[in-house]
Amino acid sequence: MTRAVRIIWLRDLIRFVGDPTRIMAWLIQPLLFLFVLGTGLQTLSSRSTHGVRLTTFMFPGVVCMVLVYSAMFSAASVVWDRELGFLRELLIAPISRSSIVVGKCLGGTTIAASQGLIVLALAGLVHVPYSPILLLAVFGLQVLVAFAITGFGVMVATTIKQAQTFTNVMQMLVIPMLFLSGALYPISNLPAWLGVLSRLNPLTYAVDPMRRLVFDRLNVSVSARHALSPGVSWWGWHVPVLLEISMIAVLGVVSIAVADHKFARPD
Amino acid sequence: MKAIEVTRLRKHYGEVEAVRDVSFDVAAGEVFGFLGPNGAGKTTTINMLCTLAAPTSGSATVGGFDVVTHRDDVRHNIGLVFQDPTVDGYLTGEQNLRLHAGLYGMDRDVIPARIRQVLDMVELWDRRTAKVFSYSGGMRRRLEIARGLMHTPRVLFLDEPTIGLDPQTRRTIWSYISALQEAAGITVFMTTHYMEEAELCDRVAIMDRGEIVALDTPAALKASVGVDHLDDVFIHYTGSAIRDGVADPVGAANQALMRAMQRGRK
Repeated sequence: MTRAVRIIWLRDLIRFVGDPTRIMAWLIQPLLFLFVLGTGLQTLSSRSTHGVRLTTFMFPGVVCMVLVYSAMFSAASVVWDRELGFLRELLIAPISRSSIVVGKCLGGTTIAASQGLIVLALAGLVHVPYSPILLLAVFGLQVLVAFAITGFGVMVATTIKQAQTFTNVMQMLVIPMLFLSGALYPISNLPAWLGVLSRLNPLTYAVDPMRRLVFDRLNVSVSARHALSPGVSWWGWHVPVLLEISMIAVLGVVSIAVADHKFARPD
Repeated sequence: MKAIEVTRLRKHYGEVEAVRDVSFDVAAGEVFGFLGPNGAGKTTTINMLCTLAAPTSGSATVGGFDVVTHRDDVRHNIGLVFQDPTVDGYLTGEQNLRLHAGLYGMDRDVIPARIRQVLDMVELWDRRTAKVFSYSGGMRRRLEIARGLMHTPRVLFLDEPTIGLDPQTRRTIWSYISALQEAAGITVFMTTHYMEEAELCDRVAIMDRGEIVALDTPAALKASVGVDHLDDVFIHYTGSAIRDGVADPVGAANQALMRAMQRGRK
């Protein structure tokens, strides 16, 4: 099992490293989110952010956006492998089908988390301090979130057999997930119906702990902290960080279990 | 020693009986042709032999291993070349083979020499560092054959290995098949729609509507029907209607015309 997982993981990395265009896109994308989208939105918002730069506020959100796109792209390769035939090579090999699912998830996690590292490297440019503890903690969270989202994507990929359909479904899932996660704007003051949706959105519980980590290290006023990183609450109950992190982990594990179940079904 | 033994094999998909009570043996080192119209049950049979589908009833062994109870042993002992490509275009030819070696748990020490050997055989050694996307259709098929042989299987399954290829490549692929059989004693189990290729097989089975309707050497089959071409044997056993679920009289007429034209050319 471990041998096969390693081989499938390695294949995804070799494919990635061997594709200069994809690496270029992979390098540019975080810059676009942070400096084009972030700087652009900043022109609107000087008052509502209580003196905090919007790019600083968005930093943990951009980390999550990058992870989501990267993880979904990796998950899409499951559908492409089916469409382009390579999946048959895996299905006929003397390996367990579970190792295909796990290998795919680890490959996606590795690529997404390393892309997250680029965003981390840019922290200073948006006035997030290069504190080793902060960077380590955020990186640890990145790995977990990358794993959960790749697992979720692979689960969807085992249900949808056509690449084109998968791309459409992914767009339909990813955009509301990002918009309602707090990645781009605080979700604490949204109208009730959007507030409910944002609390149902798993990504909310990835963005929030990351933002709390960042704000713990920032020198900002109480009102700014309250407005920009208030945490998530359920009917007035403040959801603790540990629970948020556990929910992300459970999402990953359950997704992989479902993906494995669907994938392992023989003809 | 039999390379493949099939005993009363059946496969049902709901109400549809794809394979009905099929039994046959393939001797070690034999080149065995598996013919039949589209939808005859060939692919289902191959899928069961390759452990990709579970039989509804009956049993089969490949390389001496039961396809149901010894799935991984069977998989280690077979090589598969599908009619649709299954190589990874983003990887180089060599990377595809390394990946395959890893999936089959090959000993690290033997991998480089084996890669050299199989790539030399299919004449792709010089292109080993090029991505497979840059390969032509014939090169990809040759790479698939090299990959199917990488883990030194005892039985090589070829599902229409020459379909859609130019005559040069088809001839080359046949030279590999003959060389393999002579040098390595590999058993080749192949499907084809090209009757001139079926002629080159040691024995030929014709499958129709889920059953084996004829099985013998090409010469014996022709003699028993009293015709000169295997095409006519095939038609004799399977009829001349095109099989798209329902017989299509126009299609059948076209097919008869095509056959007449082909015979005229010969």
